[in-house]
Formats: sequence, C-alpha cells, structure tokens
Amino acid sequence: MKLTIASLKKGQKGIIKQFSHDDIPLKLLEMGCLPGNKVELVQTAPFRDPMYLNINGSHLAIRKETALLIEIEVVE
Amino acid sequence: MPKQINVALIGNPNTGKTSVFNHLTGLNQQVGNYPGITVEKKEGICKLPRGLKAHILDLPGTYSLNASSLDENIVIELLLNKNDKDYPDVAVVVSDVENLKRNLLLFTQIKDLGIPTILVINMADRMERKGISLDVELMEKRLQTKIALVSARKKTGIEELKELIINHRQISTEPCVNASSIAPDYFDRLRKAFPNQSLYKLWLVITQDVNFGNLNRNSLENTPDFQTKKKSDLKRLQQKETIVRYQFINGVLKETFKKDVAAAKDLRSRLDRILTHQVWGYVIFFGILLLIFQAIYDWSSYPMDLIDSTFAFLGEWTKDALPSGVFTNLISEGIIPGLGGIVIFIPQIAFLFLFISLLEESGYMSRVVFLMDRVMRRFGLSGKSVVPLVSGTACAIPAVMATRNIEDWKERLITILVVPFTTCSARLPVYLIIIALVIPNERVLGIFNLQGLTLMLLYLLGFGMSVFSAWVLNKILKIKSKTYFVIEMPDYKLPLFKNVGINVVEKTKSFVFGAGKIILAISIILWVLASYGPTDEFDRAEEIVSEQYGETLSSEEFENHVASVKLENSYIGMMGKGIEPIVRPLGYDWKIGIAIVSSFAAREVFVGTLATIYSVGSDEEKTIKDRMAAETNPILGGPLFNFASGISLLLFYAFAMQCMSTLAIVKRETNSWKWPALQLVAMSGIAYVAALAAFQLLK
Repeated sequence: MKLTIASLKKGQKGIIKQFSHDDIPLKLLEMGCLPGNKVELVQTAPFRDPMYLNINGSHLAIRKETALLIEIEVVE
Repeated sequence: MPKQINVALIGNPNTGKTSVFNHLTGLNQQVGNYPGITVEKKEGICKLPRGLKAHILDLPGTYSLNASSLDENIVIELLLNKNDKDYPDVAVVVSDVENLKRNLLLFTQIKDLGIPTILVINMADRMERKGISLDVELMEKRLQTKIALVSARKKTGIEELKELIINHRQISTEPCVNASSIAPDYFDRLRKAFPNQSLYKLWLVITQDVNFGNLNRNSLENTPDFQTKKKSDLKRLQQKETIVRYQFINGVLKETFKKDVAAAKDLRSRLDRILTHQVWGYVIFFGILLLIFQAIYDWSSYPMDLIDSTFAFLGEWTKDALPSGVFTNLISEGIIPGLGGIVIFIPQIAFLFLFISLLEESGYMSRVVFLMDRVMRRFGLSGKSVVPLVSGTACAIPAVMATRNIEDWKERLITILVVPFTTCSARLPVYLIIIALVIPNERVLGIFNLQGLTLMLLYLLGFGMSVFSAWVLNKILKIKSKTYFVIEMPDYKLPLFKNVGINVVEKTKSFVFGAGKIILAISIILWVLASYGPTDEFDRAEEIVSEQYGETLSSEEFENHVASVKLENSYIGMMGKGIEPIVRPLGYDWKIGIAIVSSFAAREVFVGTLATIYSVGSDEEKTIKDRMAAETNPILGGPLFNFASGISLLLFYAFAMQCMSTLAIVKRETNSWKWPALQLVAMSGIAYVAALAAFQLLK
C-alpha cells in the first residue's frame, strides 16, 4: 500500500512525493503543497477528518479524501 | 493639480491587508459594491507627503491570479483592463513575514503583468520573536522591486510605504518569472498570433475565462492561425507554472530569508492543542457561543431601555412643542416611533458584529471551520458553511455572499438555501419584544436569565432548522460535483482595536441606514393608512362612541374609544380585518396581521408597525412594550400577547422568509429565480404550520 498524508500519525513528518490523481486542485499547489516539501500532521478532528497540516511552514487543513491522494515518504 | 495616484492593494487573506488599508486611509474610506455584483468594494483616499494624494482600492484577498471565485475574478479583471478607471498606477502586494513563501506566489504573478509593484512585508514586529532575519536589499534586487517593512500593529513603516508610492515610477516593470518556459512552443505560437499583447495576460485570459478589453477567451480560441490546447493540458500547464514560480521563490528566499528555529516561541501550537482538541475544542466553541448570546441579551438591555424611553419622550415632546395638525401627527405618531423601532437595535447589532469581527480577526474562525467540517458534511454542508451560518446571525445578505469560498457547488447551494433560517439581527427586534412580553424575567440556577435562555433556544432552533433542511436538501438535490476542501489555518493574533472598531461601525451603519430607509417609508405609509378611512364610520367615530356610551365616559376614555373605532375603520384596519381569518388560528388579531403583512419586505418592520399602530390616537407617554402588554384578545379575552400566541409568533418569525433583500441576493448568487422561489414558498409554509401547531397546542 502506498503511504499518503492520511497515514501520518499526529506529529509525524513526511516528504511529499507525488499526487496519485491528475486532477489535484491548483489551490492546493498554490498553498505550498508541492512535491519535495515537508509535511507534518499537526492535529486531526474526530475520525481523523479533516487533517490539519504544516507543509513547509504553511498551515492548512484538508479533508481525508484529499489527503489520500497525496503520496509521501515518512521521514521521522 | 497633480493627478491622484491609483493604488491597488492586493494580498493573500490573513496578511493584515485591511490593517494596512486602514492605516493608509484612516477614516477616509467608503464601502460600496462593484457595479452589477455584490462584492464589497473598499476604497479610500490617502494623504501623501508634499501635498500629493493617492486613491487606494482594497481588492478582495486572493491566493493567486488563478481565479476560483467571484471575489478573485474582480482582482484579475481589474488588473487586466487598462481602460478601467481604477486601473492601478502601482500595485501594493501585502505579505506576512511568516508566510512569505506562499505570499510571494501572488507577488510574482502581479509583477509579471507589467504593473509597477511594491512589496509590503507586514508583521515585521514579529520577526525577532520568531527568529527571522531578512536581507531586504538583496531581496529587492532579486525580485526587482521596492520593499516596505511594515508593522500595522506597531504603526511602523507606513511613511516609508507612502514614499515608495510617490516614487512608483522608479520601480522596474520587468517580469521576475518567465512563465513561457513551461511550454516554449505554445507561448511562441501565442506571441505570433497576438503580437501586440502582453504574453502573460494572454495566458491568463486563456486559462481563466475572464475578459480584458475586447479580448476574451472565445475570440482567442477562434483565431484562425492559433491552435489552443485541451482543457486538461492547460490545467497541467497551470500546475507546472505554479511549480516554476515556487522554484524561483525558494531560490530567492534561500539567499535572503533566515529563520532561527530555536528562537521561535510557538504560541500557535500551544493554543491549537486546546482550541482544536477533539473534546475541549468543541466545549470552548460552545462556551463562546453561549457568552455571545448572554452578552447580546444582558449587556445591551441598558442602552436599549434608554433608547426606548427617549423615543417615547421625544414623540410626546414633539406633540406638545409643535402646533397641532396633520403634520405634527405624522411626525409624532408615524416617523418618530418608526425610527425608534430601528435605532433601538443598534446596541445588539453592534455587539454581534463586534464578536464576529473579533473571532475572524483573531484567527479562531478557521479553527471552527476545521472542527465543524466533518459534522457539517453529514448534512451536505461544509466546514466553511459555519462562517456563513454564524454571520447569518448578523444578516443573511453578507452570509450568502460569504458562501463564495465554498469550493463545492452543491455544498454552496445548500448553504445559501438554509442560511436564512439562522437568526439574523432583523429577527432580534421581534424576538426581544415578544420575549419581554411573554417570558418572565427571572433567573434559573442563579445565573441564567430565563429570557436570555429563550433567546439562545431560538438561535439554536434557527441553527437546528438550517442543519435539518440541509440534510433534507442533500437527499433531494441531485447535483454531482467533485471538489476539494482546503482552508488556511492562520496564526493567532490579538485583534487590532482599530480594525474591529471600523468594522463594527461600518456594518452597523449600513444595517441601520439600509433598513432605516425602508422602515421610514413604511411607517409613513402606515400612518397615512391608519389615519384615514374610506367609510362613513371613520368620520363619525365621535358620534358612534357618544351614542354607545352616552355621557358615562371621562374625556380620556372617550378619546381612546374614538381612536380605536377610527383605527378599526381606517384603510389599514380594513386590510387587517381582511386577513384576520388567515391569522386567527395562529392566535393573532388583525393588528398583528397588519404587522406581519407590512413586515413581509423586512422583518424588523414588525415592531415599528405595531409601534405606529398602537401610538395612533394615544396621548400618554408610553413605551411600545407597555402598549403591547395592554392589548387584549377580543375573542378569547385575556392579554393578546400571552404564552401561546407569543410562542406562535416567535416560531412564525423564526421560519418565515420575510426579507426581500435576501431573496434578491440569492437570485444573484445562484443566477436563477428557482432557488429564491423555493425558499419563499417552503419557508413561509413551514412558518405557518409551526405557528399554527404551537398556538393550538398551547392555548
């Protein structure tokens, strides 16, 4: 199984590798969610959805369904 | 006289753009609408050194020039259209020092349009605390711009910014990122097909569906010797463009921006640990809501009582001071009570806007979106629907407009449709007076005011009804859409007093004047309708009373009876009698019927109407509430406003769609009459049934 942002634990960090869906929203890229960037799971709402992320210093929240599309490599 | 310098203020949301705007313009600002659409247009005049002036336009916050909402379209259309009267001589991009990387994306896009662009790096006062150091000189060189380090909070750097605005002609208009590198062939063909246009502008027109001048997307696509690309290819190119821009920005920041992580003290994570906690987060949110409603009810009651008695006194005083006649009656019985009916709500509306503004300024509102998204989604809404639903407690109009940042059309439509169920400030007048009449002013458990609790229940009922109807709509509506939810979680900030103050004053003013005009007009019409009648009975009122009672009445009683006979036989009395059969099962008499009809256009007219109706022919100095309490039910006996009819009225106003302006805004936002018509019919139906059931069960 591929690792995605959705599989991160709270406080865990990863590096964004690629998107498993072509139709990833431009807005996400604009807000700094780009391949090669470091991502940390800061907090989750109940049921791990939505997920509050810190991507290279940019803080944003996305839904789990979107998090499942962003493949990562866990670093720490 | 030298021409004013046109300045456009641009920036991501949450960068303190509004604070910079407020510092530049002070109170020299006005809020209007862009022609034809309802996006707020904020502009102001800034006095510059050496007698110069600048016209500052505060554009809606946007993350990039890739428009995904109406607000963002405004920004692009203005920046692409050289013939627009507001086309900037200089663009000022406001950024936040802590989010510089993301903020610079927009900066590079603006710069590539060939407009002289100044970069404001705001929140400079936080640099030390966050361990940030900047090489401003090198950054200016690499970005080919001028930079102003500003702290809106500490009021530093504003004068330097003004100097830069004056000297805007010295700023290079060279682009900093070469967008054409993402697809050289394609851009080459563009250049050849349209040699006279700026390349980046052409690219934006092709990808955005916006117009500039006579050039639009269709005309580009239909140009014979130019072949464009498929939509999906263009989208991929846009993604590539974003990546290229970030590569450039990363390069610049690597050389010029240093952050010493050890020095950073993180308030954010400590606060977020509690405020977005899976349990405490919700407890705190609920607590804040409770505080707001208690405040609105308890704190504002003092100024409201004062206003109420002042207007009662004023009406009486005018009557005595002016020579008696029709004109005096119009003022003392029509206009003054009508105006009093609106002025009285200023304290509460101001409190409400104060709280909403504090929550937004502090950054807490985004946490609420985060906490509520999952719950709201169950009902076909989005976490972002919380902001419209909370703003809906002030007014449905800005709330419907606030749905624009919901990406998903179905979620957005449902939010628009259910927002009018939330308790807007126009319902407050009605609720407050009825609660004061039928709910005892007592405390339970020592702290909670019973009237305040009732008000809170009504707010919860409004929320509950909007959520429930959202759930129903989510089942019924067959709209397929697939979009993504992204929200920025900004840093916590202490709200700036100046921003909050200006916001509260502006919003309250526009509510009072907007609603005030309608109310004033309606109260004059009502007074005329109540002071004249078509029949013989109206003119013979004195005779009728004499015949009926003979000489047994004191002169005061006689006057009162004459007045009530006149009112019953006036135009408005006849209209009220006409609709009485419809409203009687709800526990209302014809006077309330009139008030409901006249408040069809705007709910808050209800109280003003009753004030006008009950003050016709009354000589004593009494408040509206006293007069209403004295009314008796002609059929059932006892006070007209009792528990059953009071609850029935409360429910009627909780659900009924009585606001022309909201219907108009929904039509504009959904671009169809279908949705506002649905709202009107469904909400009025629900209101009638609920009020009927309540009265019949409780009476």
